[in-house]
Amino acid sequence: MTAQTKNIISVRGLVKAYGTFTVLHGIDLDIAEGEVVCVIGPSGSGKSTLIRCINHLEAFSPESTITVDGIRVQQGAALAKVRAEVGMVFQSFNLFPHMTVLKNVMLAPMRVRQTPEADAARKARELLARVGISEQAEKYPGQLSGGQQQRVAIARALAMEPRVLLFDEPTSALDPEMVGEVLDVMRHLAGTGVTMVVVTHEMGFARQVADRVIFMDGGKLIEMGTPTEIFDNPREERTRSFLRAVLNH
Amino acid sequence: MNLINTFFNLKVFLESLPQLLWGLVVTLEIGIVSIVAGLIGGLILAVARLYSPTFIKVLIRSYIDVFRSIPLLVLLIVVYYALPFVGIRLSPFLSAVTALSLVSAAYTAEIFRAGIEAIPHGQFEASAALGLSNRHTMVDVILPQAIRIVIPPLTNNCINVLKDTALASVVAMPDLLKQATQAQALAANPTPLIGAAVIYILLLWPMVAVVSRLEKHFSRGKR
Ligand SMILES: Nc1ncnc2c1ncn2[C@@H]1O[C@H](COP(=O)(O)OP(=O)(O)OP(=O)(O)O)[C@@H](O)[C@H]1O
Ligand SMILES: [Mg+2]
Repeated sequence: MTAQTKNIISVRGLVKAYGTFTVLHGIDLDIAEGEVVCVIGPSGSGKSTLIRCINHLEAFSPESTITVDGIRVQQGAALAKVRAEVGMVFQSFNLFPHMTVLKNVMLAPMRVRQTPEADAARKARELLARVGISEQAEKYPGQLSGGQQQRVAIARALAMEPRVLLFDEPTSALDPEMVGEVLDVMRHLAGTGVTMVVVTHEMGFARQVADRVIFMDGGKLIEMGTPTEIFDNPREERTRSFLRAVLNH
Repeated sequence: MNLINTFFNLKVFLESLPQLLWGLVVTLEIGIVSIVAGLIGGLILAVARLYSPTFIKVLIRSYIDVFRSIPLLVLLIVVYYALPFVGIRLSPFLSAVTALSLVSAAYTAEIFRAGIEAIPHGQFEASAALGLSNRHTMVDVILPQAIRIVIPPLTNNCINVLKDTALASVVAMPDLLKQATQAQALAANPTPLIGAAVIYILLLWPMVAVVSRLEKHFSRGKR
């Protein structure tokens, strides 16, 4: 990342607690426009919580600040603006089961951006073609495989033309033979200039696609660096033992 | 046969039939207005309960509990005989509709709440992440899915409201039951009462059957 690239996401002193149980212990993080950041770490380390704070699916301590494209992330009118700029892809897809694939992709642009129906449909078909499922446009999510559903979910997020895409373990719920097709779509996206924050257990993907890898443990950001730095030359013992555990099995 | 002449007297029945049918019209009027008002009220209460500040939530919770606890007959009599003492004088029709709607809204609110809560949380999260407003989340995403779940209990509630319209006869509403008792007094023969009972059954049996089918259908279909 060059020095003049501006930060699209900026997290300062992020603290998140469930009651008395603190899940995130003061995280500072800047993400540059167009950057692809992969977040790795053991289960329960707070990876999901971190990215869910970025679009305020989780409320966080009022002393913490997160800004997206200069807009402060907090409850209120500006939140809609943030969410329109930040797309999210979930582990469990969360497609709308009562709508066709096409309608799933069309809904948000029509309702949030007031895109006319014909334009929304044209755009949706383009996106479905881009993720390789144009033939399924009239089907319902339940009729698709997991990999296809996740690609629809990516198309649905892209329909809002977000500047940032958050992925929370997008391939963890998939049968192994479908992981590749989703990662391929994501790899392709990474080249389009959209900022991506990807929580993942796919170390191969992180190594190959990430500009930067973040290792979290116990609600803290333990170490971050280029894939080479993290995977080949981790400085922290916790990073080393985590990588040993996941890469050896 | 004496029994047949007493309970199934064709002549008495035919004479009272127009009166019974007028009663049926009144019963349906009370029932339909109350059902619609209860549905709208219940939906508003259920959605408001989801998005309101705690204070309003507590108020709605109390409303629902109070109106599910009070016997309908008691409420009806309070509305018709007690409210005039504070200057609120409702016609028999409005009294019946008010009492029925207030109670039906409470039950309907609970039905909608259960239906909305049955929708996976991920649907709310996906909607929020896309930037949909609360209103669009409800109208486009949540309610269309919840409706499948709530149709059997809502139909059940409609049946209950239609049955409970018979209570309106105690505030001198000329509904089906009232007409039947009057016709019975006039003819000095209980056949009109039997006729009214049969009409109630003919009206409600199909709905009861539909609920059973729906319940079987949904319990087989999902989860
Ligand atoms: N709603 C909640 N209430 C209480 N604790 C929670 C809640 N959600 C998450 N936590 C706790 O917060 C911690 C961080 O959870 P989080 O889901 O962010 O971890 P993660 O790194 O994404 O883990 P995984 O790899 O299993 O998805 C965990 O200890 C979890 O038990
Ligand atoms: Mg997680």
